[in-house]
Amino acid sequence: MIRVVLPTHLRALARVDGEVTVSVEGRATRGAVLDALEAAYPVLRGTIRDQLTRQRRPFLRFFACEQDLTHEPADAPLPAAVTEGAEPFLVIGAMAGG
Amino acid sequence: MSGVRVLVGTRKGAFVLTADGKRDRWQVSGPHFPGWEIYHLKGSPADPDRLYASQTSGWFGQVVQRSDDGGQTWEAVGNKFEYDGVAGTHQWYDGTQHPWAFARVWHLEPSLSDPDTVYAGVEDAALFRSTDGGATWQELPGLRRHGTGPHWQPGAGGMCLHTILLDPSNPQRMYVAISAAGAFRTDDGGATWKAINRGLKSQGIPDPDAEAGHCVHRIAMHRSRPGVLFMQKHWDVMRSDDGGDLWREVSGNLPTDFGFPIDVHAHEPDTIYVVPITSDSHHFPPEGKLRVFRSRAGGDEWEPLTQGLPQQDCYVNVLRDAMAVDSLDPCGVYFGTTGGQVYASPDGGDRWTPIVRDLPAVLSVEVQSLP
Repeated sequence: MIRVVLPTHLRALARVDGEVTVSVEGRATRGAVLDALEAAYPVLRGTIRDQLTRQRRPFLRFFACEQDLTHEPADAPLPAAVTEGAEPFLVIGAMAGG
Repeated sequence: MSGVRVLVGTRKGAFVLTADGKRDRWQVSGPHFPGWEIYHLKGSPADPDRLYASQTSGWFGQVVQRSDDGGQTWEAVGNKFEYDGVAGTHQWYDGTQHPWAFARVWHLEPSLSDPDTVYAGVEDAALFRSTDGGATWQELPGLRRHGTGPHWQPGAGGMCLHTILLDPSNPQRMYVAISAAGAFRTDDGGATWKAINRGLKSQGIPDPDAEAGHCVHRIAMHRSRPGVLFMQKHWDVMRSDDGGDLWREVSGNLPTDFGFPIDVHAHEPDTIYVVPITSDSHHFPPEGKLRVFRSRAGGDEWEPLTQGLPQQDCYVNVLRDAMAVDSLDPCGVYFGTTGGQVYASPDGGDRWTPIVRDLPAVLSVEVQSLP
């Protein structure tokens, strides 16, 4: 199982508390994790990736194992610690204030 | 006793305000969807417990919410807005052509007769319809393919379709308004559209009386007289007596004819309301006085309504979708401000009271009159 940490607003939208877990068949990539996440929580479709282009929304980033994976290819394998469930895959909303 | 439900969309969530027919004691529910921009929420005329809400975010995109119990609980429905066929291009701020791209839903207009049918006015300007309670959305592409489409351009707030009026006497006829393209009418249920901007004059565009390109802020009608339309344009308050074929200015003695909302009294088709704003560069009321202006003559002659409204040091704005009327007798009038106040008048505008005063900036106000 892969652990996913969502930002507050997406947890509220999906009506979940804390981390969620998803299982991925085959190679665990960012694209596969997001596919599994959207399949488990259809309300998240369009909120992380654009519904039509499937591109990441500009103000979101993806972190894991203290690395910024945002600009890694969507089909690149995730770190072993993520696929083994030792570390979560983080979906991060860009910080804004003022 | 009958009652009212006021649906308020704000920069940081939705609020539902309820009162009985006296409209003097209010209960506030919310924030619903806290932290999200709620551009608009509106109830179905055919089923007052069916509500639709446009929930948006610069981070997370568009969500559409539906309630079947008058706003107590909500369910996210479809949020896939795909332009029909090749999206094409429109004019961009710098004059170049720019691909049409969906950004958000500005306005949701439920059908007058079917709770599962609802129209969505979106940015970049287009009209969508759902016939399954918001689960799926289909564009009515005839509007965007109007011959003037490549000349439409965004206003400062984006190229938004913000007004949808359904003709209660003719299901085939509806009106929309787009900033900055103008007003359009269909007489065949949305298949084809006609630009209805003759008589408008806009100094901010190269050809002041062009067929399209006008920054229409809002149009309104009375359901008993759907061929008579009232418009608050960027500058100028306008009226048409022939379904938009020809407009004439009715700004009359208004202190300024810039503003955003316009609405019509529920029982008096010639009584209309606007909120004059200083100018397009000063989005606050003239002289720091928040005044609603009422005309009982369908325009031209206006009276200021001030009782209960701040008459000094007030520098809020009232946005285009942030005014509404109820259908009780006497008619109630409501508007929300960018300062977070929602004002109500239970007597057609004579006296005003803030029914809630510290919300986030108000984007929209709608009112339901309940049995």
